[in-house]
Amino acid sequence: MSNVTFPRKEFEKEIKLTDEVIEKISLFGTPLEKITNEEIEIEIFPNRPDLLSMQGYLRGFKAFLGKETGIKKYKLQKPEKNHHVKIDSSVKEVRPFTACAIVKNLKFSDDKIKEIIELQEKLHITIGRNRKKLAIGIYPLEKISLPIKYEARQPEKIRFIPLEETNEMDGNQILSKHPAGKEYSHLLEGKDKFPIFIDAKGKILSMPPIINSNDTGKITFDTKDVFIECSGFHLETLQRTLNIIVTTLAEMGGKICQMTLDYGKEKITTPDISPEKIKLSLENTNKLLGLELKEKDLEKLLPKMGHDYKNKTVSVAPWRTDILHEVDIIEDIAIAYGYEKLVPELPNISTIAEEAPKEKIISKLAEILVGLGLTEISTYHLIKQEESEITKLPEKIKLEDSKTEYKILRPNLLIPALRILSENKDNEYPQNIFELGTVFTKDEKSETGIKETENLIVTCSPANFTKMKQILNNLASSLNLQFDFEEATHLQLIDGRTAQIKINNKPAGYLGELHPETLRAWGIKMPVGVLEISLEEIFKELDK
Amino acid sequence: MDQSILEKLSPLERKIIPYLTLPIKEIKEKTKLDSTSLLRALKFLENKNLVKVNIKKKKLIELGTNGIYYTKNHLPERKLISILENNKPLAIAEAKKISKLSDNEFNVSLGILKNKSFIELKNGKIFLAVSKEILARKTIEETFLEALPAEETSLNEEQLHVLNLLKKRKNIIELQEKNILSFELTEAGKQLAGKKIEQNLIEELTPTIIKNWKRNKKFRKYDVLSKVPKTFGGKRHFVNQAISHAKQIWLDLGFKEMTSSKIQTSFWNFDALFTAQDHPVRDLHDTFFVTDTEGRLPEKKLVSKVKQAHEQGVDKSKGWQYSWSEEDAKKVVLRTHTTCLSAKTLASLDVNKDIPAKFFSIGKCFRNETVDWSHGFEFNQTEGIVIDRNTTLRHLLGYLKEFYKKMGFDKVRFAPGYFPYTEPSVEINVFHPEKKVWLELGGAGIFRPEITIPLLGTKIPVLAWGQGFDRIITDAYKIKDLRQLYENDLKDLRNKEVMVK
Repeated sequence: MSNVTFPRKEFEKEIKLTDEVIEKISLFGTPLEKITNEEIEIEIFPNRPDLLSMQGYLRGFKAFLGKETGIKKYKLQKPEKNHHVKIDSSVKEVRPFTACAIVKNLKFSDDKIKEIIELQEKLHITIGRNRKKLAIGIYPLEKISLPIKYEARQPEKIRFIPLEETNEMDGNQILSKHPAGKEYSHLLEGKDKFPIFIDAKGKILSMPPIINSNDTGKITFDTKDVFIECSGFHLETLQRTLNIIVTTLAEMGGKICQMTLDYGKEKITTPDISPEKIKLSLENTNKLLGLELKEKDLEKLLPKMGHDYKNKTVSVAPWRTDILHEVDIIEDIAIAYGYEKLVPELPNISTIAEEAPKEKIISKLAEILVGLGLTEISTYHLIKQEESEITKLPEKIKLEDSKTEYKILRPNLLIPALRILSENKDNEYPQNIFELGTVFTKDEKSETGIKETENLIVTCSPANFTKMKQILNNLASSLNLQFDFEEATHLQLIDGRTAQIKINNKPAGYLGELHPETLRAWGIKMPVGVLEISLEEIFKELDK
Repeated sequence: MDQSILEKLSPLERKIIPYLTLPIKEIKEKTKLDSTSLLRALKFLENKNLVKVNIKKKKLIELGTNGIYYTKNHLPERKLISILENNKPLAIAEAKKISKLSDNEFNVSLGILKNKSFIELKNGKIFLAVSKEILARKTIEETFLEALPAEETSLNEEQLHVLNLLKKRKNIIELQEKNILSFELTEAGKQLAGKKIEQNLIEELTPTIIKNWKRNKKFRKYDVLSKVPKTFGGKRHFVNQAISHAKQIWLDLGFKEMTSSKIQTSFWNFDALFTAQDHPVRDLHDTFFVTDTEGRLPEKKLVSKVKQAHEQGVDKSKGWQYSWSEEDAKKVVLRTHTTCLSAKTLASLDVNKDIPAKFFSIGKCFRNETVDWSHGFEFNQTEGIVIDRNTTLRHLLGYLKEFYKKMGFDKVRFAPGYFPYTEPSVEINVFHPEKKVWLELGGAGIFRPEITIPLLGTKIPVLAWGQGFDRIITDAYKIKDLRQLYENDLKDLRNKEVMVK
């Protein structure tokens, strides 16, 4: 998720923010987060990177409001002779593609430079997947000699002064010492060669996706013309992203110049802003939305989303990265139509309701236990490392990089119950509680290698063995089940006061009195009787 | 005196009335009542307007268990002083041995005496640094302890300093909040106080009285307005109550319940739902991955269709155009949404027999989050799908509107949203009638063909939603801090109201 903040004054030069217009912002699919006299903050969903700059946003929103509809036209200047980028085959293994452009006649101010850098960063994070899929470089043209070459070299042979440094570094040093190098070094990990852009004089412009050169890669107030490159793995995404940037710069007054990219076998020209054409079925549209639109309606609605529509064919704006399928166009039609105008309808689809059988049994069990005066608790499915140690768990199913102290899947309901009892030791007694919940054990036969079982735990405090057995017997007679008992031992319970619970001769749980050592370890001052039982056999029995 | 008041006096009240002219301490001695019973008796009398009870809260500082022991047997630092006085400079270990103090006591004493500059440590030996006269004086700690019990508000700055020093030591002092009880007699009370009340009234009805019942016997009247002690029955956890309530709504609307494991393969949690493998939600930062295990993928045909949807797309979709990895799909996660249940359900349906169909689920989901008032790593989601050849976006809005209406939100509005697995997508807001604000509840939409074609084998519209449910629970129970949902404070659970919407 990405939020953008635009200065209200600048925004209102283009669109006056009346109450009606403010209401429309969220209905355009860009939730309004905050609006003050100075600023307006809007959430941009990850499928619409073309709305991340104010220029891009205004372009889209104006069309939505019915001003300047359809695909906005931009003039492109054909590539001049040296507007040329040679892509060396050595980049294939590292970062195979680039899309480039030159934009001229810019007037940069502090704010404008900031806006461009912000757009670049937001594109890196969203569509660029943190520079992994795509990275963008912008360079002052006056410091560069055209044409340009994109190639890969061994890191030792890459030497330049990276941004905000004073000394020359080589490729490896940049990765190990420069802050940006350290942050993104994983993106070049294991590569023999690193990609670079170099100019006609052999000056290194940058080492994507890590860092630009301090000499040639920094825009200033004096910069009038810029060279822009996007490098990455998917040419179409690079081209659309390039379109987002160059049209934003064109909105700031720049003149877009194309470049010839020489991929060896194939030469292409970028930026390419010819729209993609997609066939649209009116029938599919109406069926999916539940509307009765006519061709004429589509001709009105689609231009409001910045598309052109003619002969049942949609021309998609070349900076849109999110149109994969007809349904994406149909959603645009719904947005243009107005979600607020869609009338909710409860259809007559006849189906039979059914509660899941296990859930039904769980509700019944809860009903019986509540009838016995027990209070239900509901605890986390994860336990803490220290809790697993206190209870000497033999097997731990751990989670990767948990942000809290809860790091292990609970193997039973006893650990969480002990936590709750210890946290409640200052509350009124008796404390008679139960929980019905999932526990996790390893099991290679299951789909995920982990078996999930529904368990029931009851703890009563103060209480003894007899009380716990009474509760279990009450459950048994209420459900017409047969439980058998056997003498047993349990690490947390008192020997000689512990029984194994059996159903159909299969072990299903235990009951007994908690050992004073367990109670002390958890800081519990009152005696506790406990029973824990797996519901799997009960489900089977009751399903017969 | 009003006769009806006399008939209402409980045995407890009758017991203290003869002594009401005396100070509390003496009433206690004469009646042999404990403080709680005495307070209750006075409260009863207050309800009858016979006395006025005053309770002042005071913070009292008293001796703790160690404090009591030390005032009888000297503080450990005093013990150490006396040993040092009687001996030439002593080695630390030696001093410890003679003093018979515990490790902790000895170390604390050494620290205290050093801080007071009474001793100096040189070459592992303890030297006295002040005269015997000074040593003989009572230390500030000793003076303080002798003056206990004391009220915290009456302490001067130096005493507060000592209090803080002693607080750090184990069980020397104990802070207690005490209620200081006093009462005054009202005009009516003055008439009654000191009198002996003789009433031949039946107190408790017993089997014997029933058996030997005679007319004209009189019962002592109760004060039916007086407060009674609380009693607690069993109760379901309020989160589960709210879930049952919502479940019933979906059942009423003809939905069938789906269940499945909380642990899932990435295949079901992400890939089957057209979430690209480089999507940020699949990072360790957001999702709980389970270590040391690898999941199994479903049958090959399904896997290859999902792979195709990602790599090149299906039904003229472009797909995500990258190389899809089976290894990533095998990673095991704690489900991040219940939408994986919907995916599994779709894959299990036979479109020739099983549709139209409507399914729901309400269950726990997990995200790798830190815990604070508005975040947690576990949350509930209410999930639903409707599969029907003729269903539309407007039907989706219809179901959601109906559900939230039954949950008590009459005003629902919809705005465009974005999820990788639905198109069109919808964000749902409901209007909170009391707070007068719109609450964001989450998302819904129609599953993309890149999902339905691999899972169902054909392109049929599937309405789908998965909204966070905890927001509604916190709202219904007026909870401001999400952590309270799973805090399990028994006092809180016992007192929670039952959901009756």
